[in-house]
Amino acid sequence: MNLLDRKKAIPILIGDNKRFLIISGLAGPAKDIGFLTKESPNTFLFGGAMGGALPTSLGLALAKPKKTVLCVSGDGDILMSMGCLATIAITKPKNLIIICVDNASYLETGGQISHTGLGVNLDLIAKGCGFRITKTIVTEEQLLEGKKVLDDNCSGPVFILLKVSKSNPPKYSRNWNASEEKFKFRKNLIN
Amino acid sequence: MKNWQNRLYQTLKNDGIKLFSYVPDAGHKILIDNAKRDNSVTAIPLTSEGEGIGIAAGSYLGGSKAVLLMQSSGVGNCINQLSLIKHGQFPFFTIITMRGEFGEENPWQFAMGEAVIPTLNAMGVSCIKIEKEEDVESTTKAALTMVFKSERSVAVLLSQKLIGAKLF
Repeated sequence: MNLLDRKKAIPILIGDNKRFLIISGLAGPAKDIGFLTKESPNTFLFGGAMGGALPTSLGLALAKPKKTVLCVSGDGDILMSMGCLATIAITKPKNLIIICVDNASYLETGGQISHTGLGVNLDLIAKGCGFRITKTIVTEEQLLEGKKVLDDNCSGPVFILLKVSKSNPPKYSRNWNASEEKFKFRKNLIN
Repeated sequence: MKNWQNRLYQTLKNDGIKLFSYVPDAGHKILIDNAKRDNSVTAIPLTSEGEGIGIAAGSYLGGSKAVLLMQSSGVGNCINQLSLIKHGQFPFFTIITMRGEFGEENPWQFAMGEAVIPTLNAMGVSCIKIEKEEDVESTTKAALTMVFKSERSVAVLLSQKLIGAKLF
């Protein structure tokens, strides 16, 4: 069976991105999300500090309980911060949705196989941590079911494992200056 | 119950700290217990101190104030995560109970204890050490001003001279 292409699947799954505050992990997902939102002020993209996307989205979700926070990150980034899945699960932020874009490899560094390509199932790990809702998306039908989870504003925390092929993310030239991006994000949200 | 630790909690609360993340630590027990009891703040136990960096940055993105409470041994777990703070010029505030210094009896604690200041400084975090009870409130207030007014990253180090080496 052909796996989904991230370039098609991610925009369908997220739909109208303006309804979310989005934290993206480094590498591929930063390109997926940067291309999708053109770095609109509801977006903060990581470019380093691998493993930092999950805790940053947790801090934001707790600070802004009335907004829905979407964390979009890769399997490599989430493997590096698996403990934070436990921290999120016990903290229970209702407004946090995590999408793990799982291509089972480290595409950015040459396509080396990741732990998820060797049998580690992050959906089961999130479930075991105590996430209220977890969902694995492999087929187009499951993609539409996943979209419904986002559209229905379900009470989180939600963990969605989006299995994708090893195809490249869209080409996107981003702003690498995190200080500027931070300023833009806060100005939009707080002022 | 040590009064200076309760006063320290009040100092943090008065400054508007809403989020206390921590890895359990004997030296921070009173602060942590205060935060857990207080319904007006959120206390988050972490699996590793490195999570506290992103949590603080995310909290700031959402307009809220956070503190990370950890022991000196936890500093090593934070180093690469501090890239977010240094490169992104985020304000960051941590209170660190020291091990591996004055009167330490566990030899394992010295390696990281002695590396706290050089490694934090290398990642752009200023360190202010407190050794006397009478300095706790004023030093913490000064650090909070540096962090949340000047948007710096600052670690307040609570020396074993202050917390007592035998507490552990």
